[in-house]
Formats: sequence, structure tokens, C-alpha cells
Amino acid sequence: MNDFKMPALGADMEAGTLVEWLVKPGDRVKSGDVIAVVETQKGAIEVEVFAEGVVSDILIPVGERVPVGTVLAQIDGAGVAPLPVEPAIVAPKPAPQALAEAPPKPTVAPQVSRRKITPAARRRAVALSLDLETIVKGTGVEGSIRLADVEAAASVARPAPPLTRRGLDLSQMRQAIAAAMSRSKREIPHYYLAETVDLHLSLTWLEAFNADRPPIERILPAVLFLKAAALALREQSKLNGAYENGVFLPAAGIHVGWAIALRGGGLIAPAIRDTDKKTLVELMAAMRDLVERARRGNLRSSELTSPTITVTSVGDRGAESVTGVIYPPQVAIVGFGRVATRPWAVEGRVESRPLVTVSLAADHRVTDGHIGGLYLAAVARLLQEPEKL
Amino acid sequence: MNAPEPTLTPNRMTYREASKQALREALLSDPRVFLMGEDIGRYGGCYAVTKGLLEEFGEERIRDTPLSESAFVGAGVGTAMAGMRPIVEIMTVNFSLLALDQILNNAVTIPHMSGGQFAIPLVIRMATGGGRRVAAQHSRSLEGWYAHIPGLRVLTPATVEDARFMLKGALADPNPVIIFEHVMLYNMEGDFPSDMKEVDIARAKVRRAGRDVSLITYGGSLFKALQAADALSSEGIDAEVIDLRTLRPLDTKTIIDSVARTRRCIIIDEGWRSGSISAEVGMRIAEEAFFELDAPLRRVCSREAPIPYAAHLEDACLPQAATIVAVARELIRPS
Repeated sequence: MNDFKMPALGADMEAGTLVEWLVKPGDRVKSGDVIAVVETQKGAIEVEVFAEGVVSDILIPVGERVPVGTVLAQIDGAGVAPLPVEPAIVAPKPAPQALAEAPPKPTVAPQVSRRKITPAARRRAVALSLDLETIVKGTGVEGSIRLADVEAAASVARPAPPLTRRGLDLSQMRQAIAAAMSRSKREIPHYYLAETVDLHLSLTWLEAFNADRPPIERILPAVLFLKAAALALREQSKLNGAYENGVFLPAAGIHVGWAIALRGGGLIAPAIRDTDKKTLVELMAAMRDLVERARRGNLRSSELTSPTITVTSVGDRGAESVTGVIYPPQVAIVGFGRVATRPWAVEGRVESRPLVTVSLAADHRVTDGHIGGLYLAAVARLLQEPEKL
Repeated sequence: MNAPEPTLTPNRMTYREASKQALREALLSDPRVFLMGEDIGRYGGCYAVTKGLLEEFGEERIRDTPLSESAFVGAGVGTAMAGMRPIVEIMTVNFSLLALDQILNNAVTIPHMSGGQFAIPLVIRMATGGGRRVAAQHSRSLEGWYAHIPGLRVLTPATVEDARFMLKGALADPNPVIIFEHVMLYNMEGDFPSDMKEVDIARAKVRRAGRDVSLITYGGSLFKALQAADALSSEGIDAEVIDLRTLRPLDTKTIIDSVARTRRCIIIDEGWRSGSISAEVGMRIAEEAFFELDAPLRRVCSREAPIPYAAHLEDACLPQAATIVAVARELIRPS
């Protein structure tokens, strides 16, 4: 039996509202299936299951807001070996001499105790579309929320938030960003490096690549940035991972979180899995898909939980350089400024060249500027050989 | 205990007298009916239920037996097979253990194993329960054990009306029936309508309607539950009291309907809590009325110990109205 739990879709998430079940008891599921939709500060997220089996029990009804870690449903493996959640982050193997010490504890969301709500109260709340979170204190046995509490709360006629809305609440997202960025600046000792890179070869190559392709298949310069940033991580793996509980956990794969600005404000950085292994064409498609779904508020849980680093590219209308704030528990963020044509010294002559400022903000608890410098140099080098990207 | 219909003349008598009148009616109306048991004839029965019946009906029909529960219950099984309508009295449920083999392996099983060729229309009466300061070997409530057995009907008359009329229904049943008479009820007086001729033995009854909590009980705990309901009403808590009446087969519908109205439930059972009839009732509620519940299920049962002899210890051991009140109060107005 596997517990399907409310996932932590970001460092700042404490609770989520279940807005839709896409399965019912008895349905067979396999790893990767989207089985529920959860409303978070980042919009409605499609949550995948990482077990295989039959849904035996749905424990949390639609409309209920529960803390991260709450069991939402149970999946009966029925002889099927449970597939572990593929960890984006791999714990380091303890060195032999360190055996006496306790191994670093895996980071798990703290188990929050369930609120006690009587079955009758729960059912009535659903019927009244009442958000049980609005009831601060139950008056029943052991402080349980009972019918009288639900009815009292409903009679206050506080309009309950629509329960099946799928989309984004930008003010909520603002709060989420505030929480994550405050934590980042509070906890992470950032160091910052920047490198100006000549894009003459890259853009010339890209122009030729795009020339005989219809617009829909053309590749944006940002895709080159993304791929170069990902490939450079193969050389500097200490920038790719998470820092939690005093330990750096290197990531097994390179899953770049691609920062997407949302219309009306707000920002989200869902992962493109195995960024370094995808072709440019695949990356372009993945990026389009992500942007579209992010703006609809329609991302998947794994896309929010799996980024191992963030890359932001400000595009044509952005500033010339960007110095990022790390999204915890990641340990680095790479920024690409606006591509600008500037004078550039080439073999003793000054030429007009398209330049981009690539920046790195990294966690000083994990790496030093030397590593960061090597990383930026690798990005710059890779962008000189676009055909190999 | 029940308010009579206002247009009828009430009949008022003790539970003991009602039980005796039920036996008399059976003896008078069916020549196949006879009584067997220890000290039921000359002595008049250990709780005086059969007093005077020997004189009225003679030794053929009111038969004193040797001190051997297995033998005379076995004789009851045999005579029932042969077409008689025996009513066997076992002094108390405590001694019925000696007859358990006859009851379980013969009375209940022969109709099944004979493929229906033999019916066993046997009625066994026995006293049950504590409260009379007669110590551990005479004070148990084992009716829940009997309610475990398929093929048996288990009746627990708790009112004068049921003491008077349940026997008739028991005799009409072609299968073995056990009637449990709680020892603390014999002296209680009650009314029933004078034109009443029978009661059904299939359904539980709402003895007191209420909105806030269902007190589900049977037998000797019924009057304690009714006392508790009265006390609770002075506190503004409106308790419903359900008398199960028949422990097997259980009338689940009446239980569920009540709990669906009140959404809270306390089961009062003089049996020991573990594996008791209260456990069965609670589980049925959990199975069939879970979503109606607005509070955890609660039970008031006997303490899990041999019933003590000393009065204050025995009182502390058995369910009491004050305990029921306290548990109900905590369910409805948690401190």
C-alpha cells in the first residue's frame, strides 16, 4: 500500500487545496499518471503519482485544504513493486570513515497532525462549499470540528473561495515569491559573478538554422542559453543540487528550472527534465509548452519539485544584465541579460558584436567563486560552438 | 415505564408477575407447553417467577429437575424435537455454561444438520446481570456471548410489557430462543395497555425520543439509561433511548435511524467491553452510519474484572446512570 500525499510544491508551500480528483477508487494507475489537481499559491498544479497499482481509497474530498504531507489517497500495489519517487537529489554516500556518524537525515516535509473533523461536519462543509480552514477552533470532542461549528461558520455567510477554480491567484503567488525570496536572502550567502559573451557565432549559426524553417519550428536564442547553461553544469556539478539541513545534496540529473514571467506579474520556474540531454528542437518545444501551461496555471507537481538549478533569460525587453536570487533549496541561479549590440575587441580591432551578460549567483556554503568562474567560462565556451549544442 | 394509551385502562404489575403471567398464558393456551428447571416447582423458582404454578398446573407440567444444567437443557432439546414446547429455566446465565454444549452443539445445530427435518422450538429463560451483591459467580452478563451464535434468537425483555408478551413470540419461533431476564428488573413495576395481546420480537424500540444523543442499551441497563436521559434533560441535553430488545438478530435499522437523527451515540452494555454486544452495535454504526456521526462513538460497559461482592465495588464496576450522564455531557459539551 502506498500513500499518495500532498506534495510540497516548493520550499514555501505549507498546504494545498484538493480541487479535482482525476481517478476514483478502483482505477489502475502507473507512475507518472496525473491523478489529482491541487490548488496552491502557484496555481492549480496537476499532481502525478509515483506508484503503480490500484487506487484503493480516496481520503481527502474535493475542496479540502490540507497540510503538506497529508495522505490524500492510497494506492494498493497488489504485488506490484512500488516505484520510488525518482529523487531529483541524491544523498551523498557516507565516507567509510564517517560510518560512526549518523548519516544525513533525508529531508521530509514535517508530518503535520490532521485536524479532527467529524464525518458529519466534513460532509456538511462540502455541501455548503465551506472551506474548513476558515474554522479556527472546533468545539467537539478533542477539539474536533463538528456540525455545529460548520453551520456556525456557514451562517457567518463568509463567501467561500470557489473550490473548483483552476488557475492562478496572483496575490497568493506574490506571497509565495515573497516567502521564498526572503528565505533565500536570509539564509543563503550569495556570491555573484558575471561574464560578457560574444554571441556572433551563435546567432550567425542560429540564423542559418532557422532560415529554411517555418516560424513554428524556429529556435530562439534563449534555447541556446538554456542548453549551454545545462551542459556547463556537467563540468561543475556542485552548482546543481540542493542545500538542506547543512548538507549539499548533488542532483542526479540536470533539470533546469526555467524562469517564466507571468502576465500581470508573478514568476514561476518549472523544470525541464534532463535539459542537458535534450536537443535544441526538443528544448524549444518544451519551453513553449511550459510557458503556455504556466500562464494557464496548469503545471504538474513534478515540474515544480524537480528543478536542480534555475536559469533566467530576460529576453529582448529586459535589462542588460540580471543578478538572480537563488530559489531555495537550490544552490545557484544563472541569468542571461538582453542581447545588445556593442563594440567588442576582436583580434586587435573593434567590431560591432551582439553581446550578452551571463551572471551567476551561487551559494557560498557550497561553492566558491573559483568554481563559479569556471562555470561561466564553460558557458561562454559552449556558446562559441553552437553547432555542438 | 411506558405511558399507556390514555383511552385504555392500564395494567400495572411487577416484571416478576408479568413473567409469571406470560408462563401461565402459555401453559393455558398450549398443552404441549411445560416447564423444567431447578427449584421451579416446590420452591417457586429462585427468583419466584414460577411460584404457584406447580399448584395450578401439577407435576407433569411444572417439573423440578436435578442439579444438572446439561441434562435438563438436553431434555429440553429432546422434547422439543419430539414436538413438545418446553420452557426451560436456568437459574442464571452463569450456570448456563454447563449447558452450553446442549445449546450450541444440539439445539442450534440439529435443525441445520438434519437438513430441516427437526425443528427445536425450545425456549430457555435465564436470569442475568449484577447488582444483587451475590458475587462474581452469580453476577455476570453473558448474553452478548449468546448473541454471537447464528440460529439462536436472543431476547432481553427490559420492560413489564416485554416480560409479559415476548414469551409468546418466543414460543411461536420454531428455533431455539433464549430469554434473558435481568435480576434487577423483577421487582420493577410497569404498565401496559389492557388490550395488548402481543409484542413483536424483531425490532428495537425508541423508549424515549430525543435529538442530541442516542443511548443504545437493553435489559437491566435500560432503566439506568432512562434515568440518565431524565438527568440530562434538566441540563438541556435531549437524549434518545433505544431499547435493543432482541440482541440476535439485531435490528440494525432502528439503531442507524436513531444515530442518523442524533449523530452521537453511547452504547450502554452491562457485558464486558471487549468482544461485547456493544462492540457489535458500535461496529455496525461505524459500517453503516459513519458519515452521519458528529462525535466519536462511546460506550459505558462493565469494568473488565470479575464482578465484586462488596456493594461499593460492585456499583463502581457496573454501568451507572451517573456515568452515562458524564459521558453524554462530555460528548455534547466537551470541557
